[in-house]
Amino acid sequence: MSSWLDYTINGLIVGNVYALVAVGLALIFGVSRLINFAQGSIYLVGAYIGWVAVVQLHTPLPLTIIFVAVVAALVGLIIERFGLRPLQNSVRIAPLLATIGISFVLDQLVMLTFSPNPRALPSQLPDVRFQVGGGTIGPLDLLIAGVGISSALLLFVFLRYSKLGWAVRAASQDRDAAMQMGVDVNRVNQAVFGIAAALGGVSGLLVGMYYNQIDTAMSLQATLKGVVAEVVGGAGNVPGAVVGSLLLGLVESYGVAVFGTSYRNLFAFLLLVVVLVLRPNGLFASARQAPPEPLTGTFIAPSRPVRIPRWVLLVAVAAFAVLPLLPVSFYVLQTLINAWLLGMLALSLTLVAGTIGQVSLGHAALLAIGAYTSALLSLTLSVPVGLAIIVGGLMSAALGTILISPSFRLRGHYVSIATLAIGEIVSLVILNWESVTRGPIGISGIPPLSLFGYDLISPTSVYWFSFAVMVVLALLQARLLSSHLGRSFRAIRDDDIAARAYGISLNRYKSLAFIFGGFAAGVSGGIAAHLYSYINHETFNTQQSILALTVVILGGLGNVVGAIVGAVALVGLPEVFRIAAEYRILIYGIVLLLLVRFRPQGLLGTI
Amino acid sequence: MAEAHAAPLLSLRGLTRRFGGLTAVDGIDLDLAKGGLVSIIGPNGAGKTTLFNLVTGLDRPDAGEVRFEGQDITGLSPERLAAQGIARTFQLGRVFGNLSVMDNVLIGAHTRLRAVKPAVPVIGPLLELGLALLRPSSVKAEEERLREEVKIILARFGERLLPRIDQPAYSLSYANRRRVEIARALALEPRLLLLDEPTAGMNPSETAEMQGLVAELKAEGLTILLIEHKLEMVMRLSDRVLVMDEGKKIAEGPGEEVRSDPKVIEAYLGHGLSGTAEQESAA
Repeated sequence: MSSWLDYTINGLIVGNVYALVAVGLALIFGVSRLINFAQGSIYLVGAYIGWVAVVQLHTPLPLTIIFVAVVAALVGLIIERFGLRPLQNSVRIAPLLATIGISFVLDQLVMLTFSPNPRALPSQLPDVRFQVGGGTIGPLDLLIAGVGISSALLLFVFLRYSKLGWAVRAASQDRDAAMQMGVDVNRVNQAVFGIAAALGGVSGLLVGMYYNQIDTAMSLQATLKGVVAEVVGGAGNVPGAVVGSLLLGLVESYGVAVFGTSYRNLFAFLLLVVVLVLRPNGLFASARQAPPEPLTGTFIAPSRPVRIPRWVLLVAVAAFAVLPLLPVSFYVLQTLINAWLLGMLALSLTLVAGTIGQVSLGHAALLAIGAYTSALLSLTLSVPVGLAIIVGGLMSAALGTILISPSFRLRGHYVSIATLAIGEIVSLVILNWESVTRGPIGISGIPPLSLFGYDLISPTSVYWFSFAVMVVLALLQARLLSSHLGRSFRAIRDDDIAARAYGISLNRYKSLAFIFGGFAAGVSGGIAAHLYSYINHETFNTQQSILALTVVILGGLGNVVGAIVGAVALVGLPEVFRIAAEYRILIYGIVLLLLVRFRPQGLLGTI
Repeated sequence: MAEAHAAPLLSLRGLTRRFGGLTAVDGIDLDLAKGGLVSIIGPNGAGKTTLFNLVTGLDRPDAGEVRFEGQDITGLSPERLAAQGIARTFQLGRVFGNLSVMDNVLIGAHTRLRAVKPAVPVIGPLLELGLALLRPSSVKAEEERLREEVKIILARFGERLLPRIDQPAYSLSYANRRRVEIARALALEPRLLLLDEPTAGMNPSETAEMQGLVAELKAEGLTILLIEHKLEMVMRLSDRVLVMDEGKKIAEGPGEEVRSDPKVIEAYLGHGLSGTAEQESAA
């Protein structure tokens, strides 16, 4: 009994921390209908600012909290002013991509400044436990509860009684009407981002103290947890976000009690998927809401694709095909092999995110499924590698589509959240399903690539193999786009309501897009597995999903040639300029931000 | 016409839709005979577009039923209703911005695809994917035939759309986008066509052109449900007119009869339209 009380208290405390993140997300969503993927990065910044204050400046606790809140709020204001305000009249996908880019830039800046190694963040509070009923509670628990409750009260007073608070509420009810009544929406956005960032930063500080450890991986986790809590409570609903957070804290805490720590996140994401499927408007939304107003403007930037003459493409393919015959270094071939593998993933993502408009942030999971299937088949059942890769692709297509199908009824930003969560679920299942996946140890000794009994070990043969596979996949995709499926996919992206009114079933065509895209990604993962000879649950991570997304935006959404050009550019250019590995992700983030701002249609234009 | 009276193509009974405390559509009854044209008029916010959404499956009624050719189709998905031959245009215009005019109209013919969409359960979608990639001659022929048909449909709009057939829809003028919507609806070969303010935002000569087209479609025997604010057009085209106000039907009958109905005049009076109505009757 006593331990259950402990788990309950722990769940409520953790829930309180999530609430600080989720309330910020809900405020931002309420005003700008945007899910701020950078919220976790602000939380990360808060934790590290707290570390600087506590460990280096030795500030007393109240001052630490204020210091963190102020610095985090400043970061929030900067994000709003320079990251999002320029995109106000932009297409709907733009602010979403911008917050993803900002998140990567912030995380990398923190990592470069403080190194990725975990640090201890001492709590500055006496280490005593009070007996409460059958459980215990410490001063830090009380502090977290106190900060949570007092922030909620402050926020309530602000929203209810201050003039700016009224403006925030008005803008979240009806932005256009509020603007017509003279509400300065920019000021409202500033206020909301400032408050959200201050809450997020303090939350990071408190969590760091709670676990006495901070590291740069906290960011993505915080974003995910905050988004889960917010969506469970109903996007944009501030009290709902608090309840959703407490619920999430409890579900996790009890889940850990029953199954163990490594299952903590699995429960959070399953809760999200269940809520998205059963009650996509959150637990506290009225059962059926008015249908959404017709959306004006398009999801992606309108543009005309750059027409590339067929002979140019033929010459380019021929040139890359004969490249290994020329005196080029293995280093060049190796770099291009990586580009071809990324190109396959980008082909898959450009179909899913660009052609049919489902911006997937969990695409690396499809790589992982293909890689594990192919590796295990060839290793344990001695299936020939070529066949194993194809089966891996098919498995990715089938399993990926089934896993992603709960998100088919969602739109816009929700799809990104759901795919992010599903991607995490896949990685957690791989981690925990030890009897099949060998868990955290990973799979080693994966046989090298081979075709019809001949091993492909030399860089030249691997180059030809991966290049040929990519070209075949690209040709198939181009053929798909020119068929009735291409226009049906694009119709769904441009206006899913009009598409349905003309008989296009969203489930059917989204499934087909994920089946086709899943195959390409699975094949890429399979080839990678045989190339690396060792994989584990972290080989294919969210960073790769974001890298693929950057490639796709760079090349032009839905653009087959663009995906490959983007892959070559993003893999090749850092090599050409010899940019150190730790700066690359930072550069990818900046490239993404610049593209969204200045060339949203990408290099070769959306199709 | 006798059979048409016996079994209306579309019939609504007690159709009701509530949004919170507001009853947007309140117990509407309507019969639409095959080949007929009924107009729905009423002030803004009367519930006309909501009624269209209920008939086309984009929204579900809280009460009442929709029958199409005698079959209960209440609450079916828009996909299924499209397959049954119900096509609509949208009030604010919902063309696919990044698709060419040709592709927009081809989407209208989606429900008529046969060769590439075999009616096989379970593996049907996979066959569709395979056929789209392999493109046997039957699939090619079907696509070619539909493309030719699209050109014939576009020719109905004179030189408005044909020269722009490969341009993306976002680059078209507002009036041309409305025309693309109607072309898309025609490509479905509809048995029932719902037009939601087809002349909204059009100038007088464009309106006259559109009115001519709707008259032509009616003469060809198409059954049409029309929402329109321009009363002159309504009076010229409609077999009957249904007047809605605050979700309720306040009058129904031949145009001239409805126009002189005191309840209708009252509903419009507050909106300052009675003057327009008089002018038009004088003209």
